[in-house]
Parts: sequence; structure tokens; C-alpha cells
Amino acid sequence: MRFVAIKMLVGDRAKYLGIVMGLAFASFLITEQLAIFTGLMTRTFGFITDTAIADIWVMDPKVQFVDDIKPMQDMQLYRTRGVDGVEWAVPLYKGLLKAKLENGNYQTVIVIGLDDATLIGSPPVMLKGQAADLRRSEAVIVDTVGAAGKLSKPSPVPGQKRIPLAIGDTLEINDNRASVAGICKVSRTFQSQPVIYTTYSRATTFAPKERKLLSFVLVKAKPGEDVKALASRIKAVTGLAAYTRDEFKELTIRYYMKYTGIPINFGMAVLLGFIVGTAIAGQTFYSFTLENLRHFGTLKAMGTTNKTLLGMIVLQALMVGSIGYGIGVGAATAFGKLVKDTELAFRLPWQLLVITAVAISLICVFAALLSIRKVMKLEPAIVFKT
Amino acid sequence: MTIQKDNPFPCDEETSTKAVAVHCKGITKAYGSGSEVVNALNGINLEVRTGELTMLVGPSGCGKTTLISIMAGILDQDEGDCVLFGKSFKSMSDLEKTRYRGAQVGFVFQSFNLIPTLTAAENVAVPLLIRKIDRKTAVEKAGETLKNVGLGDRLNALPAQLSGGQQQRVAIARALVHDPRLIVCDEPTSALDHETGFRIMELLQYAALCADRALVIVTHDPRIFDFADRIAKMDDGRIVEVFDSPEDMKE
Repeated sequence: MRFVAIKMLVGDRAKYLGIVMGLAFASFLITEQLAIFTGLMTRTFGFITDTAIADIWVMDPKVQFVDDIKPMQDMQLYRTRGVDGVEWAVPLYKGLLKAKLENGNYQTVIVIGLDDATLIGSPPVMLKGQAADLRRSEAVIVDTVGAAGKLSKPSPVPGQKRIPLAIGDTLEINDNRASVAGICKVSRTFQSQPVIYTTYSRATTFAPKERKLLSFVLVKAKPGEDVKALASRIKAVTGLAAYTRDEFKELTIRYYMKYTGIPINFGMAVLLGFIVGTAIAGQTFYSFTLENLRHFGTLKAMGTTNKTLLGMIVLQALMVGSIGYGIGVGAATAFGKLVKDTELAFRLPWQLLVITAVAISLICVFAALLSIRKVMKLEPAIVFKT
Repeated sequence: MTIQKDNPFPCDEETSTKAVAVHCKGITKAYGSGSEVVNALNGINLEVRTGELTMLVGPSGCGKTTLISIMAGILDQDEGDCVLFGKSFKSMSDLEKTRYRGAQVGFVFQSFNLIPTLTAAENVAVPLLIRKIDRKTAVEKAGETLKNVGLGDRLNALPAQLSGGQQQRVAIARALVHDPRLIVCDEPTSALDHETGFRIMELLQYAALCADRALVIVTHDPRIFDFADRIAKMDDGRIVEVFDSPEDMKE
């Protein structure tokens, strides 16, 4: 009877396509919104991911997330270095400063200051130049998206494309001259501001004069040292906050989840996709069943058991569900490929596919349940009613 | 459209030993409840024999359709019992009743009730598919049955591509394909013109009727009374008279 169920379903082209498109739309919307949400959330801790060399991040205890800079005194670096189990500890500056471009415009940039001696925390991927070039006078390394976007220069020919910032170009950061010595690739930031790497001492020169300028201390644990235990020890000895890489990512995500409207906004979009999908697919599937009620009655009269009818409806729901899910997820993946190099945050880990599959299954179960209830209660004697 | 000369349906041509196919005793059935109760059947006693074409006739609302629904096991009576080939529906569970119906009863409906997205052959194969016969075998057998009702050239046609008469032939083939022992037909000619209706009745009489099978037709079309072996006249939920031939009824 599987054959009959499938032919009943696909034979009614309009309804079949309606159900599949409804589910595909729901699947696409849920996957796409969740992927953008995940992409955005990933951007919030992109800098932590890029600075993978550090086992532990040490910071002011009041810091709530990676961009919430509460500077410390430089002596905290030495206190951290004194804790048992620390292989090395280096300073890191992170701050938002204003850069004056060649055309006189100002652009806020994220300045990262790396330990002068070791350059630990340097960009993960160098596209042009190398990290060691930072040792040159006034040198900075600019991220490629920023260089080609917000920091790019206007073309001398009006109406032509802007010219990306290149090695040798200069800009002013807080009235200090900076010369581009390299172009790097970094994880996109949540604020979408250009990222500029330089040395710690130069970064603190760029920054407005303050008593405290040390943003983070990056720590490497000695080989065989338990990283969590070391973080606890640093916390106990220095009175600062010390998080492992994953803990700091979690702290950052938790902040965005708790204090920003991002989850609720995306949650609403996902819920909307779910509701619209349920409404379209559920209603169309139910109306398909209603239209076929006489035929289900005929099958029942001719000896089809309730169990077989149940199997037929479940098969129909599974079929439209799988096809709709496939189309929706496929479209979302294609969309992701399309926006790969744009400002749009899009990240599609396999877990999202599972979440969408569960959501689409729920829609199908809901749609099928309505129909199953109707067919199970159906009196086969309706076949004699004209 | 030609019907094969040699009757290909597996019927025993010997019709002298007529057995009781359906025995209804004291059947009552009411619809609704309280003050809105409608008594559709009021103590029906009727025997339907194999090898006979029995017609249930009477005005609309007299309970004909309710009675064949109970005889075919698709509706439960309130009181009394209906025994089909020695087996009482009352003693069967819903599942047993469904399975027994699938094996023993064939249906022909006024509005054909063919599944519009299945071809003629696939529609006819449905009773075999219900009995878990594999699709290839079922469709092959359905094709043979369709040839026998004169539709050998329309096996792959969808119901919408067939005329009313052709659709009813498909429905008859579907009722016959699994060789049931009781065939119930509800107004099989009322959606058809006179000539087509006449041919459908000829086909039913020729193809469906045999010594070990009973045929019950509900109708209020007097033009087809002549095909009946027995006619049970109903009114107001009762059988008012049973005629042993159409001539008796005319008299």
C-alpha cells in the first residue's frame, strides 16, 4: 500500500508542491536564521579563536565579554608570571581607536597590541608581509576585509572602485602615524570594525594616555599542567579573573545571549519559520487528507486496516518532510555559499541541520496527527454516501 | 468495447445448489440520539443466497444503503445479527471484520470511488495490494480482469480519462479481482445513462454472478429490475415484501 500512498500524494501536484514548498520554506528559514545567529555568536568570540596559542586569558574580574575591556596595571603581568605552572605570560592590548584615513575621514578600528618581544597573539593568517614586520618602525598589520572595505582609499577616477589599503600605505591613529606592513586574515568581528595589529608598546602609544592600559594577559601553561587548575590558581593568587579559552568563549556568548536582543530577534524569526511552515504544510496536508477522505474510506471498506492507513499517512508525511527538508537545507547551504565573503555572518555546523530536522519532523508529526485522527475515526460506511 | 465470449471469471456454472450467503436476523439501526433519533432499520430479516442477484428496492431514505452497509460489515447494527457465509460479524473484532471484508466482499459504488491518481489497472489492483500481494503480480492480475470487462486497451488510463460507464467497469473489475463471495453494489447505474446502465447490469450479471457468490444491488432504478433473481422491497426501515422474480413484483 506504500505505492498507493505515494501515488495519492504525488498525483495531486498542486497540493503536493504546496506541502513540500511550505516545508522547504520553513526548513530554509529555520536553517538560515539559526546559521546567521550562530555566525554572529561565533563572531563575538572570533578574537579568542584567533588567539589560539593562549591557554588562559587573565583579565580584570569585572570583564563580562571579550570586547568589554577593563584595563589593568602592567604589574598584573608580572604577578601572573609568578604563579606556579605558568610557562609564559604576555601582555595584550585591545581597544577601539579612531584612525584618520588619507582622505581625511575617520574610522573606528580595533587595535590589537602584541607583546613586543614574542609577538604572541599575531594574526592567524598572513596574506601579505609577515608578523615579524611589526618590528619595523610605525608598522601595523591590517585585516584584509578592513583594508578592502572601511579603510580603502577612494579611486582617483570618480565613479571607479575604491582601492584597498596596501603595504606602504599610511594612516593616522590618534595622531600617530602608522604604516601598513602587512595584510592579514582574521575572524570577522562582531562590530565589523577593521582590525589593526601592532606591538604592545606602539598600541599603548596610539591609545589615549591612561594609568592602566593592559587589557589581557595571555598565559601558556607548562606542559602537563592542568589548565583549569592553573586558571583557578592564577585567580587565587592575583585576584584577577582567569579563564581557559573555552570558558572565555562561553562567558562572551552568555553575555550576548543574556544582555542583547539578538537571541530573541533570531528566536522570533525561527519561530516564525516554524509557525508559517506548520500553518502552510499542516493545513495543506490536512486539506489533502480531507479531500481524500472518501478514498481512505473506500480503502477501509475494502479491507485496509487502520494500521495500514496510519502507515500510509506517516509515509506521506515522511516523504514531504524529507523532500521539503532537503530543499530547504540545500537552499540555505547555497545561500551560505553565496554570502560567504560578505558582511553577513553565516555558520552552518551539523548541529543546526539536526535542529532543523527535528523542527521539520515536528511539523510533519503535527500535520500527520491531524490527518491520522480524522482517518482513524472515519466510518467506512461513508463510501455509500454520495 | 468487447467482453470476452468465454466467461473468464472463476465461477462454478452449477447454480442448482443455492446456499445462504448472508442471513440477517432482527437487524435494527438508529441514527442520532434523544429526540432526534431516526430509526433507519426496524427489525430486518433477510436471506441472500449464492448464485442469485438480489435487489433491495424502495424509496429514498427507506434504509437500503444502511442494510447493505451492515451486510458488508462496514456498519454495526444496534440489535440483531448478520451472518456472512456462516460467520457472524457480531463475534468478530474490528480487525477481524476488516480482514474478513477484504477477503470476502467486493464493492461497487454509485460514484465509482476510484482513486483519481491511480491508473485503471492500479485501481483494480488495490484489493490485491490490501491482501499484501506484490505490486507486479497485483497489477498483472488487475490487467487481466480489466481485459475481461472490456477495458484491455485502457489499463494505463486515469479515471478522469474514462467515461462514466468505463469508470464503473473499472469499479466492477476492482470488486471482482480478488474473487470475493459477496458483491454489494450501491446504485451502480444511477450515474449512468440508460444504455450504459443496461450494459453495466449485463456485465454484473455475466461476470459477477456465479454459484458460490451472491450479488446484492441497491437501486431505485426500475429499468434494471429485470436483472434481479429476487427483489426485496423496503419501506420505512422494514422489508415489506420479497418477490421471487421481477414478474412477481410487476404483478
